[in-house]
Amino acid sequence: MTIPISIGVTVICFALIYLAPGNPVQSLLPPDATAKDIAELQHAYGLDKPIPVQYLIWLGHAVTGNLGISIQTNRPVLGEVTRALANTVPIAVISAVLSFAIALGLGILAATRIGGFLDRFSTGIAVLGISVPSFWLGVILVIIFAVELGWLPATGMGSKGSDTFTWFRWSEAKSAIMPIIALAMTPLGILMRTTRSSIAEVLGLDFIQTLRANGLGRTAVVVHAIRNALPQILAMFGLQVGYLIGGSILVETVFTWPGTGFLLNKAILSRDIPLLQGTILVLAMAFVAINLIVDLLQTAVDPRIKRG
Amino acid sequence: MSGLSAITDTATADTVVAAVASARLRGYWGNVWQRLRYDYVTLGFLALIILIVLSAVFAPLLAPFDPNRASMAHRLKPLFFRTNYLGTDEQGRDMLSRLLYGGRTSLLMGILPVFAATIIGGLFGVVAGYAGGRLGMLIMRTMDVFFAFPSVLLAVAISGSLGGGMVNQLVTLTVVLTPPLCRVAETATSQIRGMDFVDAARASGASTMSIVFNHILVNTVSPTLVYASTLVSASILLASGLSFLGLGVSPPTPDWGLMLSTLRQAIYVQPVVCAMPGVAILVTSIAFNLFSDGLRQAMDVKA
Repeated sequence: MTIPISIGVTVICFALIYLAPGNPVQSLLPPDATAKDIAELQHAYGLDKPIPVQYLIWLGHAVTGNLGISIQTNRPVLGEVTRALANTVPIAVISAVLSFAIALGLGILAATRIGGFLDRFSTGIAVLGISVPSFWLGVILVIIFAVELGWLPATGMGSKGSDTFTWFRWSEAKSAIMPIIALAMTPLGILMRTTRSSIAEVLGLDFIQTLRANGLGRTAVVVHAIRNALPQILAMFGLQVGYLIGGSILVETVFTWPGTGFLLNKAILSRDIPLLQGTILVLAMAFVAINLIVDLLQTAVDPRIKRG
Repeated sequence: MSGLSAITDTATADTVVAAVASARLRGYWGNVWQRLRYDYVTLGFLALIILIVLSAVFAPLLAPFDPNRASMAHRLKPLFFRTNYLGTDEQGRDMLSRLLYGGRTSLLMGILPVFAATIIGGLFGVVAGYAGGRLGMLIMRTMDVFFAFPSVLLAVAISGSLGGGMVNQLVTLTVVLTPPLCRVAETATSQIRGMDFVDAARASGASTMSIVFNHILVNTVSPTLVYASTLVSASILLASGLSFLGLGVSPPTPDWGLMLSTLRQAIYVQPVVCAMPGVAILVTSIAFNLFSDGLRQAMDVKA
């Protein structure tokens, strides 16, 4: 299944150029370019060939790592994307793990005490998490911790910029705290709901009754429930990691964090379609790969799940 | 289901029979309403949604000022500054008026794409689920490709290529929301298609059209609708995100996401005023989320 989907993803990414209004070469030429100049440049870029041929040429380049040249910076798109990805993956993974840990803890507590105070508290947080616009949360965090309290830097990756950034210097690592929290809120809400509902569902099954009847303690019963609910939670977790890597554009824009999202935003603002296309292709492929890994992990955790 | 088992625990057999009989008499939608009637939390949020919608619809009557009237002398004033109850923005425009008008675009972006996606996705889903075979495969595999993109990324990809503007934003959101709705409709349809009463209908000579309209559609409507209702909040969040990136309506049209974006530079001057559009998004989004939760319970649809 992964291969046809990957091909489909490349088709969509390729089609993005044709969604853009106007002729792709027009953005490269001065407005007073003659029709002959346009035709020549189209020929130089291979844009006068039939679309399926163009797609195959483009695909051939993409597979070999040639994602074109950024119009704005005149540098290869692949280099730009990998550099940005190196900044996005750490904050995405940290916020995914953070939200997973909290969601698992609170979700289990809520599922074992349905209707109780803890259940209501964590359900409330979950609703907040799925309802809050992450970029607004980012702005609020900046207002509180940067403007009012002055504890954390408002934007960027520390005073020296992204080239010298290291996680091991507090003065720089602290600029990642707010982006991580802003990113973590939405997956926290989604994962908490999934954990709560899937563990509550397992706790209602017959085998749990049997375990209880056999005199198993409360904790031991819950451990059984967690093990049974884990594949579902794991699937949701993988989805969230992918969403965080692919969907960090808003939070990264708020914090001017030089990751893939920020790169996308730059590409949109300067209408740099090759950069936009290349970044999206890389991110979508990463998402496909993560889904594949999750599928394999799920089978490892629960052999009853068979994958076609 | 859980409601009925609760009755058997406490009541005598007679009342159970009576309850079941009256439940049959009311029909499905009657039952849904009966359950909703006593769910005061859900009804409360429904009232809140109606309130928000009405305030957006009647914005011209409610707004104290023209939302686009700028005043250089009164830029970025705090809450309760004279008659600007929610302060003024970076161009001295009244925040309350802009928030009321902004609700129009934001709600439109929440509801219209979901509506369009429900019709398009539902149509494809029912066709794929009922026809099955190669056509069904073709439709569902196409949808799978869209699932290979995180929703925000897909929205940014389409919107970033198409460019800003209201129509482009509507198109983008519709494309993003169609695949999940199609999948829900397809699952429901293929489940119902395999049921005995559909075979019975076919055996007694019902035409394909009549089976689809009288048996399939009726039963796919509720899961699809419940799912669509959960997407309204997602659509509002996505739309405000796109506007925040400058891919939505163009200024000076008020829009909550766009307002957040333009007010961002002013957080050092008026933090509370700058946070206001986000509060509007958050409240609306919570209201839709909790209402759709209640609706799902009332309609007895499994998530």
